[in-house]
Amino acid sequence: MQPPTGPALASAPESPPGAAPGSPLLRWQWREVQAPCLVAGWILVASLAKIVFQLSRKVTSVVPESCLLILLGLGLGGIVLAIAKRAEYQLEPSMFFLFLLPPIVLDSGYFMPSRLFFDNLGAILTYAVIGTLWNSFATGAALWGLKQAGLMDTGVDAGLMDFLLFGSLISAVDPVAVLAVFEEVHINETLFIIVFGESLLNDAVTVVLYKVFNSFVEMGPAHVQATDYLKGVASFFVVSLGGAAVGLLFAFLLALITRFTKRVRIIEPLFVFLLAYMAYLAAEMVSLSSILAVTFCGICCKKYVEANISRKSRTTVKYTMKTLASSSETVIFMFLGISAVDTSKWAWDTALVLGTLLFILLFRAVGVVLQTWVLNRFRLTPLDRIDQVVMSYGGLRGAVAFALVILLDGDKVRAKDYFVATTIVVVFFTVLVQGLTIKPLVKWLKVKRSDHHKPTLNEELHEHAFDHILAAVEDVVGHHGYRYWRDRWEQFDKRYLSQLLMRKSAYRLKDEIWDVYCKLNIRDAISFVDQGGHVLSASRLTLPSMPSRTSMSESSVTNLLRESGSGACLDLQVIDTVRSRRDKEDAVMHHVLCGSLYKPRRRYKASYSRHFISPSTQERQDKEIFQQNMKRRLETFKSTKHNVCSAKSKARLKKDGRKKQKKSAANAELPNGKPPRSVTWQQTAAVLVAVDSDDEESDSSETEKEEDEGIVFIARATDAILQGKKASGSLDVCPSPRIIPPSPTSAERELPWKGDRGDLAVYISSETTKIVPVDMQAAWKQSISSLESVASPPGAEPGPHAKTVAGPALEERQMMPEPRTCFQFPNPLLRSSRPQSAGSPERTEQPELQPLMAPDEQGRMSTAAGPGNSRWLIQFNRPARFSDG
Amino acid sequence: MGSRASSLLRDEEIEEIKKETGFSHSQITRLYSRFTSLDKGENGTLSREDFQRIPELAINPLGDRIINAFFPEGEDQVNFRGFMRTLAHFRPIEDNEKSKDQNGPEPLNSRSNKLHFAFRLYDLDKDDKISRDELLQVLRMMVGVNISDEQLGSIADRTIQEADQDGDSAISFTEFVKVLEKVDVEQKMSIRFLH
Repeated sequence: MQPPTGPALASAPESPPGAAPGSPLLRWQWREVQAPCLVAGWILVASLAKIVFQLSRKVTSVVPESCLLILLGLGLGGIVLAIAKRAEYQLEPSMFFLFLLPPIVLDSGYFMPSRLFFDNLGAILTYAVIGTLWNSFATGAALWGLKQAGLMDTGVDAGLMDFLLFGSLISAVDPVAVLAVFEEVHINETLFIIVFGESLLNDAVTVVLYKVFNSFVEMGPAHVQATDYLKGVASFFVVSLGGAAVGLLFAFLLALITRFTKRVRIIEPLFVFLLAYMAYLAAEMVSLSSILAVTFCGICCKKYVEANISRKSRTTVKYTMKTLASSSETVIFMFLGISAVDTSKWAWDTALVLGTLLFILLFRAVGVVLQTWVLNRFRLTPLDRIDQVVMSYGGLRGAVAFALVILLDGDKVRAKDYFVATTIVVVFFTVLVQGLTIKPLVKWLKVKRSDHHKPTLNEELHEHAFDHILAAVEDVVGHHGYRYWRDRWEQFDKRYLSQLLMRKSAYRLKDEIWDVYCKLNIRDAISFVDQGGHVLSASRLTLPSMPSRTSMSESSVTNLLRESGSGACLDLQVIDTVRSRRDKEDAVMHHVLCGSLYKPRRRYKASYSRHFISPSTQERQDKEIFQQNMKRRLETFKSTKHNVCSAKSKARLKKDGRKKQKKSAANAELPNGKPPRSVTWQQTAAVLVAVDSDDEESDSSETEKEEDEGIVFIARATDAILQGKKASGSLDVCPSPRIIPPSPTSAERELPWKGDRGDLAVYISSETTKIVPVDMQAAWKQSISSLESVASPPGAEPGPHAKTVAGPALEERQMMPEPRTCFQFPNPLLRSSRPQSAGSPERTEQPELQPLMAPDEQGRMSTAAGPGNSRWLIQFNRPARFSDG
Repeated sequence: MGSRASSLLRDEEIEEIKKETGFSHSQITRLYSRFTSLDKGENGTLSREDFQRIPELAINPLGDRIINAFFPEGEDQVNFRGFMRTLAHFRPIEDNEKSKDQNGPEPLNSRSNKLHFAFRLYDLDKDDKISRDELLQVLRMMVGVNISDEQLGSIADRTIQEADQDGDSAISFTEFVKVLEKVDVEQKMSIRFLH
């Protein structure tokens, strides 16, 4: 038997030398390698075909890949038939169910846009259960009626049960086909998730109906008793719930296992695949719904697994899953084509074929319309007529139906050949005709497409605001529906599940995990810049806010969405392509936002999203927000009373830095004998919030964190907010602002170290170009470059130079009408130059202070560049980071 | 409770509210009972404290802004009419409303009214522009503590740059609408009111 593939043949290995005495040097051992060789060969052919298809964008934009693959399969099947004189390489049901289907289902479960899925779970379940039941019975009964009416050939020897059996297998919408076709159509997410979710979840119904009717047929209709019907109904619940339970069980195991893989990182991804596969096989073994098992396993394990495994493992899992699913799909479609050539299985009956085609289209449409009518009474956004058309038309049948019909026992089901032929025609019709026409149809009907535009910052922010608004309005209105159960679940998850299933570090860090994620992404971006040979320059520092971002490839958008985990990315097959630098920036920005935006307490209708919201984040964030709000209220209250604006103290230094500063502070005659404290003073009167330096020393990591937050406060937000922020970060115990009477000594205000860090960061950010006064640009650039050289290990110390330039400029700046919009100045500037209003004693100190500043600066930079540095320095630190690794 | 509440509400008042907001009779009575249960002062109006007493609002980052949105300019009491008028923004747009919106005043739950509601949350000084400062304030409320000011500032800048068309470094309502034109505002700014 010659495999039609050259590569497969060529890869036949040589025989081991000296295998048999006297034998030739080389021995032909085709038989031993035949099976794996054929498998590899076919996958290779299919993959090569994919490449060829993609060569012509024109063709692939019109014809879905699945169609092309089926046609290719037809062609190859014809060749095989011509060469071997008999049909070879059929799509074997066992191969299909055991090897080809699981990767696709796992992929769709694992990467399921969960929020969307659970938002629409009601609709999906309705269509999957009731819709499929309706389709099966209606189709089966109608075909039987057709037969009774004498329209069918007498050769079709089938009774009601046979037709119902056939109806059950032909009426299930096929996940593989739906995925393949709809992915290229890009209809809106809701529509997609409904059709796709239905195709996944209807497996339970299909399996049950198929098995029940199959057993009925085998028993013979005469022997079927009432209890059998009851058993059939019961088995539906057993199969579906059991399948889901198996999935959950394995998801639990998987999560538990990945908790302990810290020292065997390299095989982490393997566990994901193995356990998911085991879930599939286990469900199959006890004849539960295996598709449901894998789907739920994928959906449920994700949260814990992703928290446990390393980042590289996550990437590996993602890519491997995509690769497997994609190749499975390719092979399935190709083999569908090949299998169709086998005429020995065919028995054609026009009435049966046409009748089936007509009925499945008709009944699906009827079913969809009826169910939608009911569902729309409960939906916030009703599915309109156009949606219903697409849903009816999108009911594609595929390989599942084909495999099921092949599995039929020809002795018991005497009309099997007819059924096979009809199934093949139906599958081909739905995949080829409907698959081809759905795109123009969608265009013609002007169905809302999925917005394949980049998710702009505005949208992201405002939509987030919308969510908060809705949550608030629901609270005002007083609707409490899903919350009770969701809260219950979240409590349970937090108290038991997460603790049990997440490794301690992941559980503890869960709040910061996004934070870390952001940092990693930033580093990625940095290394990307590095690869691109970009020299760090002042202009590059404006990284995240470049104006006019033009070329934005779509793929990266989907990629962003997927990586964010929360977004809905429907294009389940796509993984990232090379990104441009711009995209990278977008990604960074996206992640920063994604990780740090407060999640709305309750998103509308997300009844089940509890699986995916990390509850402790929620709680912490609730606390934060609460304190902020209270703070703000208090503040507004106070400020109306005292007319006082508060300022911030930010004595957040790392140890080294602080020590150095203490030194300089000593030189500068510490005022009030207090520990050095930096004061950013805003507006007129200042209120000092003191932070004990002892506190900081005791917990350096906390200090670091606060340092981040400190910057936060300097934002141009109102003082009240700043105050609130501060308190939420560091003064958890005492939510009321500590207000020290608004009379800081002038010395305190103007001491050199006081207008520092946070401002630095602000300064570097995008506003640079806009806000730095023209006359300061030069000084600014110089100070930047000085910082760069400081940050990169043994740099020269150009500080004084920068300072001398900066000094006068600063004084000018101080006169400017709107000091507030421009915030404070970078260290070197502020340090060297005093505001005009500075008291004369300080001025005289300046000379002796100056020499100290350079080492101080350096010390600070290097500490900041250390491993646990805080974010505000991130952009300065690039060179140092590279060198640090 | 519901029956008692409705008895306190005069029929003509219900009719007027119905006309103005599009809520159904039962929705109005239901919301009225909610209104009275929020009204601890039992004087027929809600004060800010009444709203702030709702526990969930305290943990809503935009809670205060949204509470403020319920109050007419310069007042610190809101009566049932005003309460309903605000809530009407979030009524889903029904099919039969899509066609007839040409005549008469624009319904409160129209897309642009929904958007305007959101816009007003940002626009504190009511100059029909979201300035950088205003945006930053809202951002600061919505973003967790572990994001730096630097990032926040650049986010705000980028957001404005993205939306800004006339180069005034602020987002006008027109620009706001434009930038959200691809968003399904009708859906994302609607909740289901029980019948």
